[in-house]
Amino acid sequence: MQKMPKRYYALFTLPTIIAFLISFFIPFLLGIYLSFTKFTTVTDSQWVGFSNYIRAFSEDQNFLNAMIFTIKFALVSVVLINVFAFSLAVLLTRKIKGTNLFRTVFFMPNLIGGIVLGYIWQLIINGILINFGVDITYSANYGFWGLVVLMNWQMTGYMMVIYIAGIQGISPELIEAAKIDGANSWQVLKGVIIPMVMPAVTICTFLTVSNSFKLFDQNLALTAGAPARASSMLALDIFNTFYGRNGYEGVGQAKAVVFFLFVAIIVLLQLRLTRNQEVEN
Amino acid sequence: MNSKNRLQDSITFIFLFILAILFLSPILIVLMNSFKGRFFISDTPFAFPTTQTFVGMENYFSGIAKTGFIQAFGYSLFITVFSVGAIVLFTSMTAWCITRIKSRLSTFIYYFLVFSMIVPFQMVMFSMSKMANILHLDNPIGIIVLYLGFGAGLSVFVFSGFIKNIPHEIEEAATMDGCNPLQTFFLIVFPILKPITTTVAILNAMWIWNDYLLPYLVIGSNYKTIPIAVQYLQGGYGSRDMGAMMAMLILAIIPIIIFYLSLQQYIIKGVAAGAVKG
Repeated sequence: MQKMPKRYYALFTLPTIIAFLISFFIPFLLGIYLSFTKFTTVTDSQWVGFSNYIRAFSEDQNFLNAMIFTIKFALVSVVLINVFAFSLAVLLTRKIKGTNLFRTVFFMPNLIGGIVLGYIWQLIINGILINFGVDITYSANYGFWGLVVLMNWQMTGYMMVIYIAGIQGISPELIEAAKIDGANSWQVLKGVIIPMVMPAVTICTFLTVSNSFKLFDQNLALTAGAPARASSMLALDIFNTFYGRNGYEGVGQAKAVVFFLFVAIIVLLQLRLTRNQEVEN
Repeated sequence: MNSKNRLQDSITFIFLFILAILFLSPILIVLMNSFKGRFFISDTPFAFPTTQTFVGMENYFSGIAKTGFIQAFGYSLFITVFSVGAIVLFTSMTAWCITRIKSRLSTFIYYFLVFSMIVPFQMVMFSMSKMANILHLDNPIGIIVLYLGFGAGLSVFVFSGFIKNIPHEIEEAATMDGCNPLQTFFLIVFPILKPITTTVAILNAMWIWNDYLLPYLVIGSNYKTIPIAVQYLQGGYGSRDMGAMMAMLILAIIPIIIFYLSLQQYIIKGVAAGAVKG
């Protein structure tokens, strides 16, 4: 269908677009504007130019620390989650018994919300650390590895399901042909399976990268940034800047704009990088 | 199958079995602690309840009373069900319309919506909650509008990917027979979309049910959803009641597990399908 009366076009698109304008797009534009102002509510904003951006980096090290913490966290978790998820997917496509049950169990943590996940792991990690006379708030390293373990527990099953779909999409003839040509299982994995699941790799890295960078609930529940703000990731640091002290709303908004640009650039770069590795089917 | 393969399979099975137990253990540990007295949890979380430490359902009663869990459950359920309903209905209509009618406006709408997927929530959280306030959307009904807006990017993206690949001859025949676009959509197209509608519904339900920050900022002071109720236990004054916390974590997980086990096949397929389209 190439034509539709205008009123129908409006009827089909306007409800979504109006909701989108109210909840996302107008606040997004307003957010960019507010990052250049001093404000406590939207109506009392005064233009201050780039000073919020300068203050975000110069007044204290919190934002920079959060950025470094977030980058390290994202690198470690993206690699670990994808390696574990892919390995599990390979094991679970070998038609051994119990496959469905295992898949069910591994995927389940993904459905549990970040706040609940954070408190579950806080109990377990503190239960282990108490034997050494400390708890998770003792050092940012504990918070870091706690978050890595938590994220792996949550996301491995999700990524595994996507990799399984990718592996099952490879035509069995292709694998048979490689075997007839004398390839061993390692060569089949490296030469056939991995190149053929590159689209799944693209999706899984996209999902793990963007989830790692945007992580908030888990961070809030597990350590709330402790000790001090040493285990704060970017999203939590921005939240604390906004709502922690009066007079810092503009700085928080400027940090949020930087955060947005940062995430956008990384996600686009990642998509480009892994898309180039994909082969045409 | 030769014996070497059989041995390999047994080893794989045992490995996966141990891993599965490790995956389940965090939840089982919380479950176990939810029956222990509040002062016997933090220090010895791995110890089984004893006659001394066992308190039965006490933590559940105190937790429910402290957090208003029953109400929180009601709000979470209401908001999730109606937001997902609104998202499925309106974004499928939008996706079909802008996929079928090729124009510059359609392309613009598509990218306009999809762009929101890469924007972190912190970018809009302050101005959005102020906006919700001004427009009186700061209640369990108004928040549905916000979720429709936030869910639009991903949902239109997933629906459009599916719609591109379904033949439009049937729709054209319906139009010839005198169906208006609304009739064509609801009588012909919407039923065909069923598999991808399931995917969109599941992805959004998982997100909205567990969402913390958006409802906390917009309606949190008057209406607590489950994640807000759990976090509220932590934020209270004085030392936190670990017993109530354990019980609330379990109560928060139970509906998810019931949902998951009853719709498991759809959920796993849906998630995989959503990712492949994405």
